[in-house]
Amino acid sequence: MEQGTSTLSRQARIGSVLRTLCSTPLGAISLLIVLAFFVIGVTADFIAPYDPVKIDVRAKLQGPSAEHWLGTDQLGRDVLSRLLVGTKVACFLAVTSVSIALVIGIVLGMLAAFTNRWIDWSMLLVFDTVRSFPTIMFALTVVALFGPSVNSIVAIVVISTFPSYARLVRTQVMSLRNAEFIEAQRAMGTSRARILLRHMLPNVIGPVMIVASMDIPLVIGVEAGLSFLGLGVRPPTPSWGTILNDGFSFIRNTSWIVIAGGLPLILTTVAFTTLGEKLRDILDPKLRK
Amino acid sequence: MISYAIQRLFVAVLIVLLAVTTLFVMIQFVPGDPANVMLGPRATPELKEALRERLHLNDPFIVQVYHFFIGVMRGDLGVDLTSNRPVLSILIEQVPYTASLVLAVLLIALLGIPIGTYAAVHRDGLFDQASGVVSVSLIAIPPIVIGLYLILIFSVQLRWLPAIGAGEGPWEIILHLILPTLAIGLTWIGYVARLVRASVIEVLGQNHVKTARAFGIPTRRVMRAYVLRVALPATVTVLGVSIGFILSSAVIVEILFARPGIGKLMYDAVISRNYPVVMGTVLASTLFIVIATTIADLLNVMLDPRSREEG
Repeated sequence: MEQGTSTLSRQARIGSVLRTLCSTPLGAISLLIVLAFFVIGVTADFIAPYDPVKIDVRAKLQGPSAEHWLGTDQLGRDVLSRLLVGTKVACFLAVTSVSIALVIGIVLGMLAAFTNRWIDWSMLLVFDTVRSFPTIMFALTVVALFGPSVNSIVAIVVISTFPSYARLVRTQVMSLRNAEFIEAQRAMGTSRARILLRHMLPNVIGPVMIVASMDIPLVIGVEAGLSFLGLGVRPPTPSWGTILNDGFSFIRNTSWIVIAGGLPLILTTVAFTTLGEKLRDILDPKLRK
Repeated sequence: MISYAIQRLFVAVLIVLLAVTTLFVMIQFVPGDPANVMLGPRATPELKEALRERLHLNDPFIVQVYHFFIGVMRGDLGVDLTSNRPVLSILIEQVPYTASLVLAVLLIALLGIPIGTYAAVHRDGLFDQASGVVSVSLIAIPPIVIGLYLILIFSVQLRWLPAIGAGEGPWEIILHLILPTLAIGLTWIGYVARLVRASVIEVLGQNHVKTARAFGIPTRRVMRAYVLRVALPATVTVLGVSIGFILSSAVIVEILFARPGIGKLMYDAVISRNYPVVMGTVLASTLFIVIATTIADLLNVMLDPRSREEG
């Protein structure tokens, strides 16, 4: 299957996937928003027009204007700048927590598929226990015990998402175990570890990455939810959740902060989900439900 | 079937045990003395010692877990640290608020069935495409954003619906339920619509349905007799399995709308580090979810034996 895929043909494949993706307006827009999310996440400090924590009480709670495109909050801080810098937190959380969860999920999933039945069974039990527990309740418990911080959010997301990756990897590895090219390797006396890393991994990593990319909305939602409750990112650091919280406190004076604060959340979550679905349809029609 | 049911029940009990034990382990790792945290810095050593004794904090970990479960069997979940009332009676007070919210969400989620069916029958039509985009958006957007926008539109701008509390009297209670239900439920309408659409399309492609249509049986009857009969149980099952997610959103929504309920209770307990109440809410919600998913699972197996195989 993946074996012997040269760099050239892989490039060609990525090119054709991108072309198919951009052939529909929805796919193209989603890709654009996702790219913008990462670009803004990295460059936010340079492109924000104002200092996101600079207080200017004389300019408080203003509507949109030429100076402040999305208005100002209760302390006169520029909402656009705060949203842009807030992207940094969302982007950092999305990248770190999803990659950590992916690594753990892939390792445990392969172990579960390749060791004896008891280990497999007890791992499944642990996976199902974690999955059966509601994310927010788990998050509240973690925060109750370890206090609110960005690290807590990462831990919450990692623990609540890795079981589904592990389960997916386990199923994939099990179905590959009897594939002809794997049997051929086994017949040639290739070691287990080598089979897993060189031949199984490239085949399972694609689907699980797609599922992971579709979990980014979940990460963004957990951050927004926890920070909104005052249990995530702490003020004055701008994050999408804290901005919503500021807006909610003044929802009866000015609706601008809530409207503006919700937009990046809507755009990114919808874009990531759409992109994930499109990619899944293009790359692996079997996964389509 | 029966052996499968026993196996599921066994796993369900294990999950509850594991969840509560994990929570105990986590509490062990909390920096600082829980008694100190709960009573504040000004408490006398005697007071702290008394509290530690009462909560069995001096005992080894296994003994604490044992005491907790023995208490649970007797219906004793400990005592609220601030009000000194039994945790169980506080939980019983709050459960109806959350249960009615979850129930209302499940009910409006069923709106997804006609939407999904219509979209599947008129596949790739305008309605199908539009409802597809809307469904995906509703699924993706976090309930907190949906909730805030709903408050903004229907409560602040239009002043049609209340946004705070649970209300008193039947009419008020229903009015107060609308926005929180929509904040969580819109997601699930989208989800059910997608699910029903997919399964209806699958069933429509099957030979027995094609044959029935070829014989000239009206579409309406085919839908009722063959298609929805397969699509509906699947939906109910998925909703049952999703109770955990719904409960998760309910926590946020209860706080957003200042509604009483398990979520609000847990949030307040977390903020004030009221560990017995935290434990009680965790136990109650885990139990609730495990029961719901086990029932949904068994239902699914009864309707569709294929799903018995481990995926």
